[in-house]
Amino acid sequence: MMFTSLHRNKGAQLLIGLLIGIGFGFFLQKGGVTEYDVIIGQLLLTDFTVVRVMLSAVIVGMIGFYLLKGGEMVAIHCRNVTLGSVVIGGLIFGAGFAVLGWCPGTVAGAVGQGFLDALFGGMVGMVVGAGLFAWVYPRISEGILKAGEFEVRTIPEVLGVNPWFVVIPFVVIMIGILWVLEVMGL
Amino acid sequence: MARDAAPISPSPFLSGLKSGISRDRHHPAWWRVVHDAGAICTCRRGSSIRRTASGGVKMMDILTAVRWSPYLAGAGIGLMAILSFFLADRPLGCSTAFAKTSGMIERVVRGEQVDTHPYYRKIGPYIDGSWMVVLGIVIGAFVSASLSGTFDLTWVPSRWEEAFGSDPLLRWAAALIGGMLLGFGARWAGGCTSGHGISGTLQLSVNSLIAAICFFIGGIAVAMVLFGFPGV
Repeated sequence: MMFTSLHRNKGAQLLIGLLIGIGFGFFLQKGGVTEYDVIIGQLLLTDFTVVRVMLSAVIVGMIGFYLLKGGEMVAIHCRNVTLGSVVIGGLIFGAGFAVLGWCPGTVAGAVGQGFLDALFGGMVGMVVGAGLFAWVYPRISEGILKAGEFEVRTIPEVLGVNPWFVVIPFVVIMIGILWVLEVMGL
Repeated sequence: MARDAAPISPSPFLSGLKSGISRDRHHPAWWRVVHDAGAICTCRRGSSIRRTASGGVKMMDILTAVRWSPYLAGAGIGLMAILSFFLADRPLGCSTAFAKTSGMIERVVRGEQVDTHPYYRKIGPYIDGSWMVVLGIVIGAFVSASLSGTFDLTWVPSRWEEAFGSDPLLRWAAALIGGMLLGFGARWAGGCTSGHGISGTLQLSVNSLIAAICFFIGGIAVAMVLFGFPGV
C-alpha cells in the first residue's frame, strides 16, 4: 500500500522534502563529506571516507527499499540503460566534481558549513550549467541523449529472479569492500 | 563490580568497530546503539568523551561531535533515501533543483515562455519537494556544523591552498567552472552522486551503476591531473 494521497499533497511534500533534506545535510556534514579536502582526498585515492559513506548508505537503503517493495509500499524509479546519457554526462560530471571538489548535494552542505567558494562559485556555477544544458537540450534530446539505449532497468528484472537473490550478494560484496578498506588501512 | 561482570550484549554493527563498549544491560538496545555511536565519534573537546555518572555518553556529545563514523553517517543517509521513496515516491536527488532554479530565474528574465521550453516543461521550474531537499541540506549541514562549533566562513579550502595558493579569485573562478561542468553533466546524465550513485544504485539500476562509475572515472582522472598524481 502506497501513501498515494500523501504523495499528491503539495504542501506536505514541501515539508517532507525540507525535513529529508535537513537529515541528509546533517548526516553529510557529520560524515565529513562536506569537506573539500575529504572529497579531493577520495578522488586522489588517499582518503576513502566518501566510499565508506556511500556504500553504507547504499547497503542500508537497498535492504530497506526492497523490504518496503516487498510490501508494495515503494515503487521502482529507474530509466533504461542509455549510454549516450550516463557515460558522456557522467564523465562531464566527474570533471566538474574534481574541479569544484564537491557534488550537487555536498556543495549545498558545504555552503551550510561556511564555504563561500561553494556558494558563490559552486552553487552559482551549477545553476548556470543546468541553464546551459536546458538551452542545448532541444538539439540533443532526440540524438546523443538517446544513443545506446537498451531495455534494461534493474538487475533483478534482467535476470528475472527474486530481488533478494541479487540484494544479498550485493550487500555481502559491499561489506567485503568496506572490510578490505579497513584491513588495508585506507 | 558484579554489574560490570554482566555478559556483554553489544549491538553487533557498531561494536565490531570498537569492541568492549556496550557493557550495559540496564538500558534498552536503542540506547546502546546511541551509546556506541558516541564512542566512535571524534568529539569536540579532544578525543576524551565526557561520561555521565552511570558511565554513559551524553546525547549532546553525539550531536556536538565534529565527525561521526562514516558508517553511521552513511546509514543515516540511506535512511533518508528510503524515506524519500516511501513518503515522497521519489528518489533522493539534488541536481534537478539546480535546473529548476535556472528555469525560475529565466522566468523572471524572459517571462512565462519558459514554461513552453522543452526542458523546463519536462522538469517543471517550480519550488517543490525536491527543491526543498537542497534548501534542507544547507540548513542540516549548518545545524550540524554549528553544534560542533566547526562553522567557519572560508573562501579557499586548505587542500586547494596547498596546491594552488591562497588567491580567493582563482579559487572562485575554478569553483564556478567546476560548478558549471557539474550542473551541465548532472543534467546530461539525468542525476548526480545522490540520484544515481545512492538512490539509483540501491534500486539495483544498471543505468545508475554505469553513471556512478563514470562519475568517479572522470573525477579521479581530472583530480589526478590537477593535483599532479600524488601518491602514484
